[in-house]
Amino acid sequence: MASDTASTTDERTMIEERVEALLASHPPATTPEHEFWGAQFDHGLAWVQHPEGYGGCGVSPRWQAEVDRRIEQAGGSTRNRYINVLGIGMGAGTIMEHGTEDQQRRWLRPMFACEEIWCQMFSEPGAGSDLAALATSAKRDGDHWIVNGQKVWTTLAHLATWGLLVARTDPDVPKHAGLTYFVVDMDSDGVDVRPLHQITGEAEFNEVYLTDVRIPDEHRVGDVGQGWKVAMTTLMNERVAIGGGVQPRGEGAIRQAVEVWQTHHGADGDPAQRDELLRLWVEAEALRLTSTRAKEAATHGTPGPEGSTAKLHWADLNKAITSFTIDLLGPEGMTYPGGYRFTRPEETATRTTSPHKAFLRARANSIEGGTSEVMKNILGERVLGLPGEPRTDKNQPWREVPRS
Amino acid sequence: MSATTSPAAPVTPDAVTFSLTEEQRLLRSTVRELLTARAGSERVREVMLEHGGFDEPLWSELAQLGLTGLLVPERYGGVGSTFVEASIVLEELGRRLAPVAYLSSAVLGTVAVVRGGSDDQQARILPDVATGAARLALAHLDTAGRLDAPPGIRAARDGDDWVLDGEAGYVIDGQHATHLVVAADTGTGIELFVVAADADGLAREPVEVLDLTRPMATVTAAGMRIGDDARLSAGEPVAALHAALTAATVAIACEQVGGIQHTLEAATAYARERVQFGRAIGSFQAVKHQLADMLVATESARSTAEHAARVLARGDYDELAIAAPLAKSYCSQVYTQAAGDAIQIYGGIGFTWEHDAHLYFKRAKSTRLLLGDPRHQRALVGDALGL
Repeated sequence: MASDTASTTDERTMIEERVEALLASHPPATTPEHEFWGAQFDHGLAWVQHPEGYGGCGVSPRWQAEVDRRIEQAGGSTRNRYINVLGIGMGAGTIMEHGTEDQQRRWLRPMFACEEIWCQMFSEPGAGSDLAALATSAKRDGDHWIVNGQKVWTTLAHLATWGLLVARTDPDVPKHAGLTYFVVDMDSDGVDVRPLHQITGEAEFNEVYLTDVRIPDEHRVGDVGQGWKVAMTTLMNERVAIGGGVQPRGEGAIRQAVEVWQTHHGADGDPAQRDELLRLWVEAEALRLTSTRAKEAATHGTPGPEGSTAKLHWADLNKAITSFTIDLLGPEGMTYPGGYRFTRPEETATRTTSPHKAFLRARANSIEGGTSEVMKNILGERVLGLPGEPRTDKNQPWREVPRS
Repeated sequence: MSATTSPAAPVTPDAVTFSLTEEQRLLRSTVRELLTARAGSERVREVMLEHGGFDEPLWSELAQLGLTGLLVPERYGGVGSTFVEASIVLEELGRRLAPVAYLSSAVLGTVAVVRGGSDDQQARILPDVATGAARLALAHLDTAGRLDAPPGIRAARDGDDWVLDGEAGYVIDGQHATHLVVAADTGTGIELFVVAADADGLAREPVEVLDLTRPMATVTAAGMRIGDDARLSAGEPVAALHAALTAATVAIACEQVGGIQHTLEAATAYARERVQFGRAIGSFQAVKHQLADMLVATESARSTAEHAARVLARGDYDELAIAAPLAKSYCSQVYTQAAGDAIQIYGGIGFTWEHDAHLYFKRAKSTRLLLGDPRHQRALVGDALGL
């Protein structure tokens, strides 16, 4: 590819100097994590694309990977991006784009330093794929808003100081137009967080009941009635946060399938099952290569459709691989080693687990972050240019649209 | 990295760059323009029905652009390109189902001669291959087309000469070749011979093929006497044959990607235009989702073929042992699925001879089986992985 342009060279130099200054003043070995992350923010290296003074230094976001790499090389931690994934990955971009100066000053630094954890309250029992149909209401009361409703699939709500909330402020206009975006203090009266146990027995997520919760108007993000637009910014940031690195060959679910094949079958294995294993291995590699290609195109090329197909492909493939792995286990596939534990896992990440748990957890892959059906609509309409389904709910007041 | 790397510690291949250079982009647009003008559906049909599936004028035009000699080294009058350039041409040919002897002559035959021929032999054969004046075809199978059996043609030593007897099946473009590269069973191994296609003792009979845009022939040798100078004498003949077949495996995958891409685009265009129940059928989720699935598969198929082409260009043979069969197994699977789904999306018109859908459907199935079906290819992947 083309060599660095003059301005790219300047940016590289600037980034390098800042990283060196950070590491010199706050050696990772002796600096507590929270303090280090705070200093990283102050050096403009938290999210480099943001302006000076807000945790950034106004360069292309692609430098962030370089910054993180150097910090990790020097023994520093970047796990704040994990610990506070909803804040750093999604909230920060939203607040930068739509928040007030005061909000940006108040929230961004403690967020990045993980002094305050964030959660996101969008989905509701009655509003999943059709998020804009949500029913949680916010009514004005002087300089406050009174919120009532129920949110669901709220990762980290039990640890969060702040929650990103979309609520309905006007039920008499079409659904997209009646929403407003708020930040909720999760310690407020009327906020009730309950664990939501999924089919693995564990509770990665929560339900949040909101009963007469008072939110000061200065915690509103964006204008009244602009909530959908602000929420879209959050969801765009989610995509960027998720579409990160590319795994090495043979990693992920396929690794477990191969391991089970080797321990339970190996050289004497059934040829039909071997072929199925290889079919899945080939497909996993095809997906991996596509992610590599997408990443390359995103860095220095013209991104094409390859960037938007990975989520859908992965969801279906992951289900197929984890299900096949249980088949390979034979009778052992009828067991659930360790039993069902109704616990809360420490991290949100769905890291390596037993094949049995992976099998169950994979069912969510084609539901969470956009169902496969919705993803196919998006690919069909935005990439292939097919017309949408006729809609009955778009121009009708939300109050009059049927809901389950 | 060895070919038997344990999957428990898989080795991620060095990153290839998928992006194209300016020259490669220009090559693509040049070939696409030529084929748009010269290999439209009407012309392809005319060639497949009236000219036995070989478009000689188009072949000449490809030759004038130097494309027939892309893989021929420069010192023998070729372009000496890498396989990435060839993959671009192959994809465009596959997109149009262009009936030319590219796979047979520019890939299979060329690679066999480059890898197996002495300098003298290469100098004698390749310049004409590069100009397109000579066309090579590879006869290496038996009449049953078995991949794991010895060649159907046998070679026996007789003094300084060789005598060839037997039959080879499924010789791609065999009836249109000027020269045949014959892989013959000597009883103790395999030798490769380059013989004139119209030589005495050699007969070629066209096969009635499923895919009329890809002709095949049965080649019969009966007491055919040739000198030892016809035997490719440099290098190991098995290795040369293997190299040719591996390159062809990747070439087919690249060609398939062109066909898949065309299938997706054409079916999508139809779903946008065709109106039933008062709206475009592409607005129905049943159709839209089928096309979205096709898009996902298309992108992944492209990744595997482009990766394999780059690995071949780089000469990373350990990785190629995985990448080549992987690409062909995956692209074959995607192509047959897509070409079949497309007929369903077209509905009745897709079942007519008049519509092009069946041409792609037939190419998909035929290339799926050519040089080993997906299951065979997956077994090769498994062997390379030690699984």
